[in-house]
Amino acid sequence: MDHKRDIDEPSGVSTTGHEWDGIKELNNPLPRWWRNTFYLCIVFAIGYTIVYPAWPGLTGATKGIWGWSSRHDLQTSVDQAAATHAAVEQKIASGDIKAILADPEMKAFAVAAGASTFKAFCTQCHGSGAQGAIGYPNLNDDEWLWGGTPDQIVATISHGVRFTSDKDTHTSQMPAFGHDGILDAGKVADVTNYVLQLAKLDHDAQKASNGAKIFADNCAACHGDVGEGKQEVGGPPLNNQIWLYKGTAQAIMAQINNPRHGVMPAWEPRLGTTKVKELAAYVISLGGAK
Amino acid sequence: MSQPLEPEVAAVNTGAKASGSLYARRTKIFPKEAHGTFRRLKWYIMAVTLGIYYITPWLRWNRGPNLPDQAVLLDMLHRRFYFFFIEIWPQEFYFVAGLLVMAGVGLFLVTSVVGRAWCGYTCPQTVWTDLFIAVERFVEGDRNARMKLDAAPWSAHKLFLRLSKHVVWIVIAMATGGAWIFYFADAPRLLISLFTGQAPFVAYATVGVLTATTYVFGGLMREQVCIYMCPWPRIQAAMLDEDSLVVTYNDWRGEPRSHGRKKALAQGVAVGDCVDCNACVAVCPMGIDIRNGQQLECITCALCIDACDDVMGRLGMPKGLVSYSTLRDYNHNMALASPQAGKIEPGRLRDGAGNFISAVRHFDWHVILRPRTLIYVGLWSLVGVGLVTALFMRDHLRLNVLHDRNPVFVKLSDGSVRNGYVVKLLNMQPDARTVALSIEGLPGATMSLAGEDAPQGRSMNVALESDKLENLHLFITVSPQLLKNGKSEFKIIAADQRLGSSAVYDASFETEGSK
Repeated sequence: MDHKRDIDEPSGVSTTGHEWDGIKELNNPLPRWWRNTFYLCIVFAIGYTIVYPAWPGLTGATKGIWGWSSRHDLQTSVDQAAATHAAVEQKIASGDIKAILADPEMKAFAVAAGASTFKAFCTQCHGSGAQGAIGYPNLNDDEWLWGGTPDQIVATISHGVRFTSDKDTHTSQMPAFGHDGILDAGKVADVTNYVLQLAKLDHDAQKASNGAKIFADNCAACHGDVGEGKQEVGGPPLNNQIWLYKGTAQAIMAQINNPRHGVMPAWEPRLGTTKVKELAAYVISLGGAK
Repeated sequence: MSQPLEPEVAAVNTGAKASGSLYARRTKIFPKEAHGTFRRLKWYIMAVTLGIYYITPWLRWNRGPNLPDQAVLLDMLHRRFYFFFIEIWPQEFYFVAGLLVMAGVGLFLVTSVVGRAWCGYTCPQTVWTDLFIAVERFVEGDRNARMKLDAAPWSAHKLFLRLSKHVVWIVIAMATGGAWIFYFADAPRLLISLFTGQAPFVAYATVGVLTATTYVFGGLMREQVCIYMCPWPRIQAAMLDEDSLVVTYNDWRGEPRSHGRKKALAQGVAVGDCVDCNACVAVCPMGIDIRNGQQLECITCALCIDACDDVMGRLGMPKGLVSYSTLRDYNHNMALASPQAGKIEPGRLRDGAGNFISAVRHFDWHVILRPRTLIYVGLWSLVGVGLVTALFMRDHLRLNVLHDRNPVFVKLSDGSVRNGYVVKLLNMQPDARTVALSIEGLPGATMSLAGEDAPQGRSMNVALESDKLENLHLFITVSPQLLKNGKSEFKIIAADQRLGSSAVYDASFETEGSK
C-alpha cells in the first residue's frame, strides 16, 4: 500500500488521518507511565477480586480471602448503634413512663424509637400521622376513650381493647338498641336528636326533648347524665365534637341501632414493656394527652 | 475479503508500526537555575503562598468562651466554617459558592491579561514542584551536575545524594499533608494527638494520602501532571486572545539564529539576535523550547525570559528577545520583518544606529484595559460587593417553620382546631439569648408547645443556646367561635428586643374546608 503518512506541519507529528472540519487528530504517543498505570490497575483489579467476594460459581460467589461481607458490615453498624443506645434503653426499660417523660434524654430517645415502632405496627389502623379514621381513634386529639394520662395510655397499649385473650384488656359493650328491639325506631330517632343536642349540633328540638327521658333511662349509666362519658366503663363522651363513627344524625342512629365495636390487640406480649413505653411516649408527644 | 482498506484506516494501522511505539518514554528534564526578575518574583510568591498554607491554621481569633479560637477552621462535626470574624452556617454556603464564582471570574481576568499566570506562579503543582526542584538542586547541584550524576553508575555517593533528596522530599510532603488537617480541627490539640497516636484514623489517612500525592506529583511526576493530567492548560489556552500577554520568543528579531553571530556579521550575513545558546531551554521546567512558539506544555513561568535577558545583557543587546508580548504585537512585528512570508530579514527593523525603528511595537500597558478585561473586573466586583453586602446585612436570628402535614389539622373535643408547626430558631451568634415568639393575625388563636403545660397565650419566651439551632413543636389552636373555614394566613414572629433583631415567617392555618 503506497499510502503516505500524513504529517502535521507545525508540530511535525503524524496524524491518524482522521479529520473533522479541517482539524486533524494527531497521533501523539501516550506516555509510557500512563500505560503502566493501566497495567497496574489490572493487577489491582485481580487482587481485588481475590481479596473481596467476586467470582461467581455454581453455588455462590467466591468469599474473598478477607472474608468481607456487606451483611457483616450492616451487623457491625447495628451492633454499634445498639451499644450506643444500650445505656438509655436500659434506663427506659427500668423506669416508668412518668420518669421517662421527665428526663429529656430518655424522652427524646423514647419518642424517636416509639415513632419508628408506631410506623411498623400502628399505622395500619391509626394512620401514618396517628390521625385515625372512621372507627379508629385519632391519637392527636384530646379525647381518650380509655384515659389520656401516661399510665392509662401505657395500659391501653399493653392490654388492648376487647382483646379477649388478655384478661386485663379494656372491655365495653353497648347494646344494639334498635337491632335487638330494646327501643323502637321512633325512640331511637328521639334519642338520636337528644344526643345531637348534647353535642350542640343541628337537631329537632321536639324529638330531642322526647329523647331526654329515653337517654336518662337507657344511656346515662354508661355515657353520663349529660353525655360527659364514663371512662371506667368505657362509655365515650357524647357532648363534644369528636366522633369515632362520624357525628351525623345518620351515623349516630346507626350506632344506636346496631353499634360497632373496635378491637385493638394487646401489644405488651408482642413488643415487650420497653417498646410499649416508647410507643406511649410517642403518642403523648403528639400533643393530645392529659 | 481482499477489499482495500480506506486510506484513513490504513494510516491508523500502519501509523503505529511506522512510528515505532504507541507509548513514549519520558524525557528527563534537568532545569537549570535561572536568575532575574521573574525568578525573584517566583521566590516571593512561593514564600507567600507556602507561608499562608502552613501558618494559617495556627492563627488564633478570640470568639468568646463558647466558640473555637482558631482563625480559620472548617468544623465538619458541628457544621460551621470560621474565617476570622466571619462564621458561616451550612445554609449560608452560598458565600462559599460566591467566592468560587469570584475565583472563577478572577481566573478569567488574569488569563485574559497575562495568559497562564496561574499555572506559572501560583498553582500548587507549580509551587511545590519549584520547591522540590530547589531541594534537588541544593542536594545534587545544578543542571550539569545533575545530568552527570544521573548518567553515572550507582555508587555510595550517588546513593547518598539520591536518598537525601528523597528523604527531604518526603519530609516536605508529610508537612504538606500534615498542615492540611489542621484546617479541620483545633491545630495545637490535633498536633499533640497526632504525635501521641491519639488522632482519629481519618487524620492519619488524610496525611498519608496527601503525603503520597505531594511526593509523587511534586517530586516524581512534575511536568507530566501539567501535560497529561491537568485539564487546565486546555481551558486556559482557549481563554487567551490576541491581546493577552504570553511568554513569546520574538523571532522577528531573533531569527535567523546563529552561534557565530560576530563572524556572520563580519562577513556581512544578516543574522538575528538569537545566539542559539539554549539558555532558555536549559532553565525550562517543562523541557520545551520556547522558540518553537506557543505550546500546550508552556506554563508561562517566564524563567526563559530571565535566562535570555541575562544572556542579552552580557552580550550588550537589548533585553526582551523572549518576553511577555501579545499576539497582535507579535504579528505586527513579524509582518514588518518578513515582507515575504517565511523569510525574516532582521535588518528591516533597525535603523542605522542599530536601534529598533519606531514602527516596531513593544509592550504597552494600555493593552490591559480592554472591554473584555473591564467586563471581568466589573463582574468580579459585582459579585464581591454583593457578597460583602450580604455578609454585613445578614441576620443572626433566623426562623424556619414547617407546617405539620399529617394530620394537617386536629379537631379537639370542644370543637376548636389545632395546627402543628415545627419551628426552627437559629441563634447564629456566640451568646445565649431569649427570643419572644409570637403570632400576628389569626384572631382567637393561642399557642403552646407540644408536651408542655405552659399557659396558652399569643406569645412566649424561648431561651436559645449560643450558636445553636432550637427545634420546637408549636401548636396553634383556634377556638370554635372564631374559626374560619379553609386556610387563614398569619405570621409567626421571633424577636429579640435586646438586640433589636427579628425574623418573620408567613405561615398558614388550616381547618375543614381547606383544599
